[in-house]
Amino acid sequence: MSMRRIHLPFVVLLLTVVGLSVAYYKFSVLGFPLTPDRETETWTVEAQIAVDPGQAPASVRFALPTDPPHYSLLDESYVSRGWGLTSQSANRQREAVWTKRDPEGKQTLYYQATVYRAEEETEPSPYPGPADPPQLEEPLKSAAESFIEEIRAESADIQTFATLLVKEVNAAQPHENIAAFLKPDATETERTRLAIRLLAIARIPARMTHGVTLTDEGRNLRPTTWLEVHNSRRWVPIDPRTGGLGYPRNFLIWWHGDRPALDTSGLKGTELTFASTRNLRDAVETAQLQSSIVNSRLIDFSLLDLPIDSQNTYRVLLLVPLGALIIVLLRNVIGIRTFGTFMPVLIALSFRETQLLGGVMLFTLIVAMGLVIRFYLEHLKLLLVPRLAAVVIVVILLMALISIVSHRLGIEIGLSVGLFPMVILAMTIERVSIVWEEHGPADALTQGTGSLAVAALAYLVMVNEYVTHLFFVFPELLLVVLAVTLLLGRYTGYRLTELFRFRAFKTLAQARRPDSSGPGAPGDKR
Amino acid sequence: MAINWPISPRRLRELGVLGMNQRNGEFIAVMNARRYYPLVDDKLLSKELAVEAGLQVPELYGVIRTTHEFKGLSKLVGPHEDFVIKPANGAGGDGILVIDGKQSDQPLVYRRGSGRPIDMEAIALHVSNILAGAYSLGGRPDVAMIEYRVKFSPLFEKISFQGVPDIRTIVYKGYPVMAMVRLPTSQSDGKANLHQGAIGAGVDMALGRTLDGVAHNAQVLLHPDTHAPIQGVEIPGWQSLLEMAATCSDITGLGYIGVDVVLDRDLGPLILELNARPGLSIQVANGEGLRHRIERIDRHMKYLDRPEDAAERASWSRENLAPMNL
Repeated sequence: MSMRRIHLPFVVLLLTVVGLSVAYYKFSVLGFPLTPDRETETWTVEAQIAVDPGQAPASVRFALPTDPPHYSLLDESYVSRGWGLTSQSANRQREAVWTKRDPEGKQTLYYQATVYRAEEETEPSPYPGPADPPQLEEPLKSAAESFIEEIRAESADIQTFATLLVKEVNAAQPHENIAAFLKPDATETERTRLAIRLLAIARIPARMTHGVTLTDEGRNLRPTTWLEVHNSRRWVPIDPRTGGLGYPRNFLIWWHGDRPALDTSGLKGTELTFASTRNLRDAVETAQLQSSIVNSRLIDFSLLDLPIDSQNTYRVLLLVPLGALIIVLLRNVIGIRTFGTFMPVLIALSFRETQLLGGVMLFTLIVAMGLVIRFYLEHLKLLLVPRLAAVVIVVILLMALISIVSHRLGIEIGLSVGLFPMVILAMTIERVSIVWEEHGPADALTQGTGSLAVAALAYLVMVNEYVTHLFFVFPELLLVVLAVTLLLGRYTGYRLTELFRFRAFKTLAQARRPDSSGPGAPGDKR
Repeated sequence: MAINWPISPRRLRELGVLGMNQRNGEFIAVMNARRYYPLVDDKLLSKELAVEAGLQVPELYGVIRTTHEFKGLSKLVGPHEDFVIKPANGAGGDGILVIDGKQSDQPLVYRRGSGRPIDMEAIALHVSNILAGAYSLGGRPDVAMIEYRVKFSPLFEKISFQGVPDIRTIVYKGYPVMAMVRLPTSQSDGKANLHQGAIGAGVDMALGRTLDGVAHNAQVLLHPDTHAPIQGVEIPGWQSLLEMAATCSDITGLGYIGVDVVLDRDLGPLILELNARPGLSIQVANGEGLRHRIERIDRHMKYLDRPEDAAERASWSRENLAPMNL
């Protein structure tokens, strides 16, 4: 007995938990959007390596973006006709290696990556340990150490220390203690290198990164160097020119370390430039690409992999369970009476073609005219099945007529009746006419209005673009719909309409039992 | 005018009123095994069972199974001028054609219950509709039954308009729980259907006497057509009527049924049909919920050392389920 009692809640709980957690995983980890029409910003970045080969066999080693922070790599491709291409990964840095035995003439190698900006926090990374201080001769050593002491006195923590230090290194009039380290015409990279050496004296781990600032339709972009210091929790980016904190918004980190992105042999000259374009992509598509990169098994079972026309079928089909749930709610909890159990759902589906108002008008019109025909056919004394067939034929003729007339009048709703379920309509007409004859017009009208109201409500829910999107992208939510339906299957409370139906009991119960004092009457106690 | 607010679910529960969901989920689904449904849904089968158990039913003149067999109608009806044609698997009393008598012999024209004439062609069409399943559950092909037309007893004459009043009894685990008389009105077009405006009058279980009536879920003291008081009509042979109802529960194996009985002028109470999903309006007619009575039966059965027979159960119900005893 108790097994049976917990069985249903257990199944319901299981379905809900599975449905919701799969949906949550897809939303939070794979980035499937909860709302439709969300577009994500993706960038196409192209590295163009112009090479001027010499006589010897050529090889080009090029660093590739490796797990860049704030960005996810969705797709990459190489264009390098006639070159041998291998890619490898060394020291957590991916590289592409192009080789050719006898290259002739100037040529360009392309590497293209599609990235998308993921709004995520930079992950903490383990502390690499204090930096090894560089070996310095006197008096440089004392000069550097007193410089460091001076800055330390002015700073509060590692970040402010690094900022102040970078500012000093870039100052127009360098501090006397470090002037000796700097050539007056030092390049950005050299200044960054110096900053790293000075930070190492303070035993602060620091490193160089290189990346591209993405701009829409950007051409001939050059990589910029950046500085990262480890604040014992994570790497903090610092602008090596100004000491400012953080990367610019569209900065894509390409490679790490104090070395060039390109490492070539057998070439007379190379030139590396970048180009970038911004494109907006459907958020669902982006999420899909990303999950195929994360190699998620879940996505192997996605509806998004189906051919487009089956996808469109499922967009509609997946709403039927929701419509069914609405029917359950309206019939078993509210208590609305309808013709046929699921007829309203089919009517609601057809409203998708005609819009609500047009659909309701069309439905009313066709059923009303069909009823007139049906009552006329009654006179002809036809057998049941031929009569039904005759009604179907007349219904289709009526629809054609409505379409032609409405087209003439310039109203286009009549044209979009393609999906209107003719056979269902014919059956409905038959049912209405039997109820009309046997139980009177009032009953027929009540049930007809009920069916139409239920259909309209189901339509409004099913046509909602958020709902459509949610169930198509997260079909696992159907498990939750199933759970709710199962739960409602055990609902034995009163229906809303019964509170009206039985309202006579407000006075009846007293009237019939003047002597008893209501529910607490003797003998009624357990 | 004061607004007639709905009743609160709490109050309804206190009164023990049974709702549709609870009836379906806790009574019909639990106590009425699916495999026994045909015994009540198929009126031919239930009639057969009732006859075997020695219960009185309207005599079956014949069955029409194919359109072809319709030619034999006059042979089936024999000397009877009035009869009823109904679908064996009809739902909710749909598709019943009452023939009152002959209008003319050449050509053969009958008269309907409502007084309108009906020729053989129209009767044939009605039968073919029945056979095609126009009135059966789910539109399945059906058969047409031709049976004795009840000559209703003058007992309810003063409080009914045309049509045949019937007595509905709900039987729970073999014990009659509650009963009502359904009285046709002009509004219901002579049909004993509460939906269409027939009056439901509760019946005192102890005495078999009518209580006040209810129409459209509101209390009615006088019949709208005859203006006679509905209360106080005593049904003769109440004990045997309840015994019949109790027996029906035994022969069908269903734990929760409605038994419809008509009183015939000459033959007394006849079982018209059984219902595996009896409606809930009987509660309004009696001004009382079913649940408290059902709980009393459950308590009574717990202390029984042997199962009681139909007569004992009918007596127990009369003694214990009358309104004044609650």
